[in-house]
Amino acid sequence: MQAGSIIEAKGGKMKPAERLKIPPTVMPEQDPKERIHNVKEVPLGYTPEMAMIEAQRCLQCKTPFCIEGCPVGIDIPGFIKAIEQGDFSTGVHVLKQRNLLPAVCGRVCPQEEQCQAVCVIGKAKKDPTKAVMIGKLEMFLADWEREQGVYATPPEVRKTGKKVAIVGGGPAGLTVAGDLIKYGHDVTVYEAFHKAGGVLLYGIPEFRLPKAIVQTEVDYLEKLGVKFRYNFIVGKTSPVEKIVEENDAVFIGTGAGLPRFMRVDGENLLGVLSANEYLTRANLMKAYTFPQSDTPIVKGRTVITVGGGNVAMDCARTALRMGAERSLIVYRRAEEQMPARLEEIHHAREEGVEFHLLNNPVRLVGNDKGWITGAELIKMELGKPDASGRRRPIPIEGSEYIMETDILIVAIGNSPNPLVPSSYPDLDVTNWGGVIVNEVTGQTSVPGVFAGGDIVLGAATVILAMGHGRRAARAMNLYLSSGRWTDLEDGLELCRAEVR
Amino acid sequence: MHVILYKETLGPDITLYRLYAPDVAAYRKPGQFVLMRISEEGERIPITLADVDRDEGSITLIIQSVGKTTLQLAQMEVGDSIPDIAGPLGEPTHIEKVGHVLCVGGGIGTAPLYPVAKAMKEIGNRVTSVLGARSENLLILEDRMRDVSDDLIITTDDGSKGNKGLVTDAISKLVENGGKFDQCICMGPPIMMKFVCILTKKLGIPTIVSLNPIMVDGTGMCGGCRVTVGGKIKFACVDGPEFDGHEVDFDEMMARLNTYKSYERVALEHYSEETGCRLEASLKQKGAK
Ligand SMILES: Cc1cc2nc3c(=O)[nH]c(=O)nc-3n(C[C@H](O)[C@H](O)[C@H](O)COP(=O)(O)OP(=O)(O)OC[C@H]3O[C@@H](n4cnc5c(N)ncnc54)[C@H](O)[C@@H]3O)c2cc1C
Ligand SMILES: Cc1cc2nc3c(=O)[nH]c(=O)nc-3n(C[C@H](O)[C@H](O)[C@H](O)COP(=O)(O)OP(=O)(O)OC[C@H]3O[C@@H](n4cnc5c(N)ncnc54)[C@H](O)[C@@H]3O)c2cc1C
Ligand code: SF4
Ligand code: FES
Repeated sequence: MQAGSIIEAKGGKMKPAERLKIPPTVMPEQDPKERIHNVKEVPLGYTPEMAMIEAQRCLQCKTPFCIEGCPVGIDIPGFIKAIEQGDFSTGVHVLKQRNLLPAVCGRVCPQEEQCQAVCVIGKAKKDPTKAVMIGKLEMFLADWEREQGVYATPPEVRKTGKKVAIVGGGPAGLTVAGDLIKYGHDVTVYEAFHKAGGVLLYGIPEFRLPKAIVQTEVDYLEKLGVKFRYNFIVGKTSPVEKIVEENDAVFIGTGAGLPRFMRVDGENLLGVLSANEYLTRANLMKAYTFPQSDTPIVKGRTVITVGGGNVAMDCARTALRMGAERSLIVYRRAEEQMPARLEEIHHAREEGVEFHLLNNPVRLVGNDKGWITGAELIKMELGKPDASGRRRPIPIEGSEYIMETDILIVAIGNSPNPLVPSSYPDLDVTNWGGVIVNEVTGQTSVPGVFAGGDIVLGAATVILAMGHGRRAARAMNLYLSSGRWTDLEDGLELCRAEVR
Repeated sequence: MHVILYKETLGPDITLYRLYAPDVAAYRKPGQFVLMRISEEGERIPITLADVDRDEGSITLIIQSVGKTTLQLAQMEVGDSIPDIAGPLGEPTHIEKVGHVLCVGGGIGTAPLYPVAKAMKEIGNRVTSVLGARSENLLILEDRMRDVSDDLIITTDDGSKGNKGLVTDAISKLVENGGKFDQCICMGPPIMMKFVCILTKKLGIPTIVSLNPIMVDGTGMCGGCRVTVGGKIKFACVDGPEFDGHEVDFDEMMARLNTYKSYERVALEHYSEETGCRLEASLKQKGAK
């Protein structure tokens, strides 16, 4: 679809000063009062006209800092220029050279910490939220492509006859699969659940990332020839050794699925659950349609979520959609230190989520049937910065009080999934359970075995998982064609200029 | 897709299924279980692998109809397919030659007990089994258990078969009569496991139990199955399902099993309305429990 010629005609000739004057294009959203009663996506998307106007805000910098800020180095001014000119298919092409899952990343990347944090427009306005809306434009292009119907299939490649196993169908694994199938290898993804997508599917809620988008990506990979083996738990259904033996190369992308608990009294009361359990029931098992679907989810009038990241925001907002009258975030640090995306905090506030910052549970209390009735919270103050550079929260003695609640969700983080490492001692891991890899190649301690994403980084981000996937795929391809393992990194140096 | 190859009714509401699932069968060891989902909108339910046949690529499950999913499954026939079966999951039973093993099964618990008793026998242990049920018609796998046991004692609550009374009465009597046991393995309703453990602790018999908390993923990702064992949180799906029975907090586990009671009833009512299926009897039975 091509949009208004007025915008188009003017676009090319605009002066920087004119561009700077254009206000950020606000993406329309569902009304907060309405959207808490449905699970439909909150942002409604740009129209082509809106996207083209937003694209005009980009200065097409000679030295684009935004590219530096992007973990996978997307040619951001390149795709924005194409949008400005109304040439969306070129835009898609530019975008997809570096990002295989733009519809996902446009929606869930922490742009305010990456590309938009360094964009000169944001700097000029002294406000990163006023930067070029790079994420929204990315989402627009990806959605435009999907709405066109079929994705273009790349030309047939000669089959190499090399067999590759990908363990885990999250963003890291899917990225490796997509790249390696294009190099002509025989790729099989082993996934523990009955569907692929990883956290994109069972964690991030429908209202933030419609599952149909994830499914489109998986279907596309299948069309390219990637094979999927579902309900296959590597390390259980088959020993890891056997998968390694039977394949020419293996990629481990099993994510950070191990939920952390607070280790306070009362944590096993009824109505206390991990974010993973809450979100898996809601998303993967579609508990929001219970009893049409069979999986139930506990409901309550008041729901406390403990934590300050994206996961916590997702739980608090899901609780509202499950009918909670009060949904509270309890977080031990202050708002500036919340790791969640700005947009998530903003959306949660709009929807009426209450924030109880600088508070921390010390004990949970229950009734005689074993159900939770409240959380004893202690107030915190900020002390000196800790190892992460954030000011350390310190409990204020004697400030304890009870906050009543029907449900409490623990969203204080996840650790690397121990299943594969624990059944495969040859694989070296850190003391916190992350698989140790060569950062450039993703090589593990076992020849032929690569790893990336949250299993290496601990709970991180989609784009980092994807970046890991891309780097590993290149290294795997070189390994498969050359057979060299010990100095694989040097081999990659040759094509370094082309890749970050 | 997993085709139902064979189906047999073992008792009221208790059905044995043999299903085509070669991936699951390939590396399964006694004590492990699967998570299955019988329809697109279905729940994931955990079921013990009672047996496998690697040549046929099949697994055997023995399932008691207690709610929506298990009742719906009972309506399926040979030739029908089940979309998702994931496994084998959980840590296998530690099978070791220890001498004299006491195998105690209650109700449907005899299904997971059978493969363990069989393995214990095969490795050279003497096996004495005690099977308990409310009534004769609820006893399952008696013949198979007899095949792998040196001695087999049956107890029923109502005295309709074997000794009238509880399995704990039978265990006490065995020990009074000079029985010496190096190991007890107990699988059945939580309340039964709790009282068997109280008894065997007093008698000084190390006891393994197999726990059945509510599960979602079965791979250690949700913590829904957490139980307290020896004062520590354990995830039954990856750390278990078998644990040292003397260390398990049974009261907490039994309370946690009630988390979804009211929802389970809704699911069942919704199902019976939808299918017009006559489930009043089962509903009543559920209510009575
Ligand atoms: C609720 C929530 C919200 C989030 N929000 C954001 C956000 O807004 N922005 C952002 O950038 N990031 C977000 N993240 C983080 C992001 O989703 C992860 O960093 C990313 O998904 C990691 O990708 P991965 O491929 O490494 O692992 P995962 O997505 O975890 O995928 C791992 C896959 O491996 C499978 N698996 C595990 N073990 C085995 C096995 N033994 N055999 C076979 N398969 C196995 C799992 O079932 C899973 O499908 C969020 C995370 C959560 C939980
Ligand atoms: C490791 C393990 C092995 C098991 N092996 C067997 C077996 O071999 N044969 C057998 O008949 N049953 C077995 N069970 C129990 C079986 O999973 C439940 O009976 C089944 O989930 C009930 O589902 P439903 O929808 O029919 O009933 P629902 O109406 O959902 O529930 C009925 C009752 O079953 C229990 N239950 C419900 N959901 C679950 C769940 N997800 N996990 C565990 N218990 C649940 C609850 O106590 C509930 O009150 C096992 C459970 C576990 C954890
Ligand atoms: S830094 Fe901002 S203005 Fe410059 S090219 Fe990137 S998006 Fe455009
Ligand atoms: S069932 Fe989810 S952790 Fe055990």
